[in-house]
Amino acid sequence: MNTIKDRAALIAEAAKKMNKEVYNDSEVKKNITPRHELQRKSSKVVTLEEAIKKSGLKNGMTISFHHHFRGGDKVINMVVAKLAEMGFKDLHLASSSLIDVHEPLIEHIRNGVITQISTSGLRGALANEISHGLMKEPVVFRSHGSRGYAIKSGELHIDVAFLGASSSDPLGNAAGFSTSENAKSICGSLGYALPDAKYADHTIILTDDLVDYPNQHNAISEADVEFVVVVDSVGDSSKISSGAIRDTKNPRDILLAKQAAKVVMNSGYFENGFSLQTGSGGASLAVTKYLRQGMIDKGIKASFALGGITSHMVKLHQEGLIGRLIDVQSFDKVAAESLMNDPLHKSVSANEYAAMLEPGSATHFLDVVILSALEVDVNFNVNVLVGSDGIIRGAIGGHPDTAADSALSVIVCPLLRGRIPCVVDEVTTLITPGSNVDVVVTEYGIAVNPKRPEIKERLLAAGLNIVDIHELAEKARSIIGNPAPLPFGDKVVGIVLNRDGSVQDVIKNITE
Amino acid sequence: MFVPGNNPGMMQDAFIYGPDSIMLDLEDSVTMAEKDTARLLVHNALKTIDYGNTEMVVRINPLNTPYGKKDIEAVVKAGVHVIRMPKTETADEVREVEAEIEKVEREIGCLGRTQIMAAIESTLGVINAYDIAVASKRMMGIALGAEDYSANLKTQRSPEGMELLLARQTIVVAARAAGIDALDTVYSNLNDMETFRKEVELIKQLGFDGKSIINPRQIEVVNEVFAPKEKDIQKSLTILAAIKEAEKRGSGVIAVNGKMVDRPVVIRAQRTIDLAIASGIIKKEDIA
Repeated sequence: MNTIKDRAALIAEAAKKMNKEVYNDSEVKKNITPRHELQRKSSKVVTLEEAIKKSGLKNGMTISFHHHFRGGDKVINMVVAKLAEMGFKDLHLASSSLIDVHEPLIEHIRNGVITQISTSGLRGALANEISHGLMKEPVVFRSHGSRGYAIKSGELHIDVAFLGASSSDPLGNAAGFSTSENAKSICGSLGYALPDAKYADHTIILTDDLVDYPNQHNAISEADVEFVVVVDSVGDSSKISSGAIRDTKNPRDILLAKQAAKVVMNSGYFENGFSLQTGSGGASLAVTKYLRQGMIDKGIKASFALGGITSHMVKLHQEGLIGRLIDVQSFDKVAAESLMNDPLHKSVSANEYAAMLEPGSATHFLDVVILSALEVDVNFNVNVLVGSDGIIRGAIGGHPDTAADSALSVIVCPLLRGRIPCVVDEVTTLITPGSNVDVVVTEYGIAVNPKRPEIKERLLAAGLNIVDIHELAEKARSIIGNPAPLPFGDKVVGIVLNRDGSVQDVIKNITE
Repeated sequence: MFVPGNNPGMMQDAFIYGPDSIMLDLEDSVTMAEKDTARLLVHNALKTIDYGNTEMVVRINPLNTPYGKKDIEAVVKAGVHVIRMPKTETADEVREVEAEIEKVEREIGCLGRTQIMAAIESTLGVINAYDIAVASKRMMGIALGAEDYSANLKTQRSPEGMELLLARQTIVVAARAAGIDALDTVYSNLNDMETFRKEVELIKQLGFDGKSIINPRQIEVVNEVFAPKEKDIQKSLTILAAIKEAEKRGSGVIAVNGKMVDRPVVIRAQRTIDLAIASGIIKKEDIA
C-alpha cells in the first residue's frame, strides 16, 4: 500500500534532510471571522511609539522621510519630536529634501537627537543655521536620482523609513491620494518615497486616512510595510505648490519664458514625439504656455512630459498635446488629482525617474529639459543650492540628473536679481557641471555652450539674440560692479555628491 | 514705453523688452516730494545705463512749474534724445522749451542735439495741433494724452474711443502735414488685452506711427498689429529693388508687375520695410 501513513517514515526522513518540521494538521485552526471585519484591522496598525519600539530603532541609526508635501509636511517634525521624547540620540536623518517648515529640527540638532543629515536641499532657518556651522558633521547633498540609487545600492542604508501617505489600508498599501470619503490630504506621486519603502530595513506608513483593504491603486505595497500609524494629519495639501499656480504677470519672467520657448522650438529637437520636462517657478511654468502655442501652431505632439508635474502639463496632456505624464512628484493639487484619475498619468520612483545607473530611468529618454538656476558661470556650471550670500537656500533636485541625461538642457536665469548678478565668473557651489548645460537664457541674451555649435547655428538662423556668456558676465559686472567676497570660514558644512556618487564640491560655513 | 523716473529697477530693465522708445517720466508719475531725486536718478540713468539703440525720451514738468527748467537742464546735459512736453496748448510753449534747450546746449556745446515731442492733452491743444507741430524744427512728433483731454471735453474714455476720434484724426493730419510722427495715447487696463488690441488696430488704421504703452506686456500686441504682412514685405522689397535698378539706369518712372510705381508707392514700400525691420521680421543685413 502507499497511503500517507505508509509514507510517514519517508516524509520524516525528507524533512530531516531538508532541516524542516513535519506538517501537523491538528495545529491548523481556520479563521471564520467574516472577512469584511478583517479588512478593517490588522496587527500592523499601531501607535507611532509602538511602531518605533517594534522597529528596533537604536541610537546612531538612519531614519528616512519624503518631502512630497513640501511646505505642508507634518511627518518629519512629528516623528522627530516623538523620537526626541523617547530619548533617541545621534540619529542620521535622510530625507528626500528639507524645507522652511522643518525649522524645529534646529532644536533637535542642538540636543543631539539628529547628528547627521542627508538631503537634496535645505531652506529657511534650518538652512541658515547649518550654513553658519550648526552641525558637527557636514550635510550630504544628493540629487533625486542619486539618492534613489544610493538607497538601492546600499550606500545610503536606511534602518527605518517613516513615510507619510494620504491613504493606506491596514496592511500598508499606501498612496499619495485617497479615494475615500474621509480623504484629508493629497500629495499625488510618492516617487521619492519608493526607494525608501522598498529598501529600508523597516518601513512605517503614517496616514491620515485609514481605508478598507485593498487600497487601490497604491504606490507603496503592503509587502514593503511593517507598520501603519494613523495620525490626524500628514500634511497640508494647499502648500505642495509654493503659491497658487497661475500665469505669471512678471514681464521679465514672460520675456525669459518666450525666449526659452523659442530656443526649444528652434533647437532641432522640437518634432513629433519629443519629450520634455520643465522645472517649477514662474518662468519655467510660463515656458509650457508658450511651447503649447508652438505645438498647436506646428501640429507637434510630445510623447511624454516628465518630472515634477504641474497643472500646466496636465492641461497640455488633456488637450492631447502630451501623450503621457511621468510623475515623480506632483507640484500642485491639479497634478495630484490627475495622477489619481488618469491612467496615462503614471507615477515613478526616484530610480525610475533619474538614476544614472538605472537603464530604464525616464531621464535617459528625455529630449528637452528647462531648468532654473541661482547662478550660472562662464563655464556654464550651475548652482541651484547655495545663494550668492553663501547661505544654503535651495535644492539640487533633479537638476544635474536631467541636465546630464537630456539631449538638450536649457537654463532660464535672469542676469540680475535686484543687485545680485546671476551670471558670474565662478559659481559659489558647483551643482550641475557645465559640460551638461547646453543653453543659458537671460533677459540680455542667450548663451550657447561652445560644445554645441550646431545648436548655436540653429538659434542664430532663427534670429535669436545669441551672445557669448563672458559678455553676459561682463554686462552684469558693468551694471552691478564686483560684489565683495563672501565671508566663508574654514569649516565644511556641506558635501555635494555628483550623481555618480563621487564628491564634487564642499560648502564652507559662512561667518556673518 | 512709459517708465516712472523714480523707479531705478524699472529704469534699468526697460531696455530688455525691446521698446522702440523709452520715456522716463518726471511729471505725473513722480510726486512733488520726489521731483528732485527723480531728476537726479533720470540724469544718471541716461548717463550710465546702456540702452543700446533705444530712443530715449524724458517727459519733463511744464515750464510754469518750479521743476521744468531744472528738468531740461538735467536731461539735456545727460544726452537725452527727445524731450516730451506735457499738456502743450500753443506753439509759444514749444518755442519757450526750445529756448531753454538751446541755452543748455550752447553751454555744453552740442547745439541742435535735442528733439522735442509735444503731448496734446486739451481741446485748445487739438485746435492748435498744426501750429504746435511746426513750432520748431526740433519737433519730431506730437502725441495724444487722452485722460486730460477727455476730462477737458467733459466726458470719459470709452472702450470704443469715439470721444477721441476728432483729436486723433486732427493730430495725425497735423503731424503728416508737418512731416513728423503721430503717437497715440496709453491704454491702462492691463487685464484687457483684447480691447487694447482693438484700439491699436484702430489707431493704426487712422494713420498713427505708434502707440504709447505702460507695460512691457503691451509691446507684443503693438508689434503684431503694426508688423507688416509677409505679402506686403515681399511686394515692398520688389518695389525698392526696382527703384534702385531704375536709378542706376537714370530712369524716373518704373513699373512693377505692370503697375506704374510713383513716389507715394515708394514711400509706402520704404515704410513697410522699416516697420518689418523694427518688428524683427526681417534683418537690415538681409536687404541688399
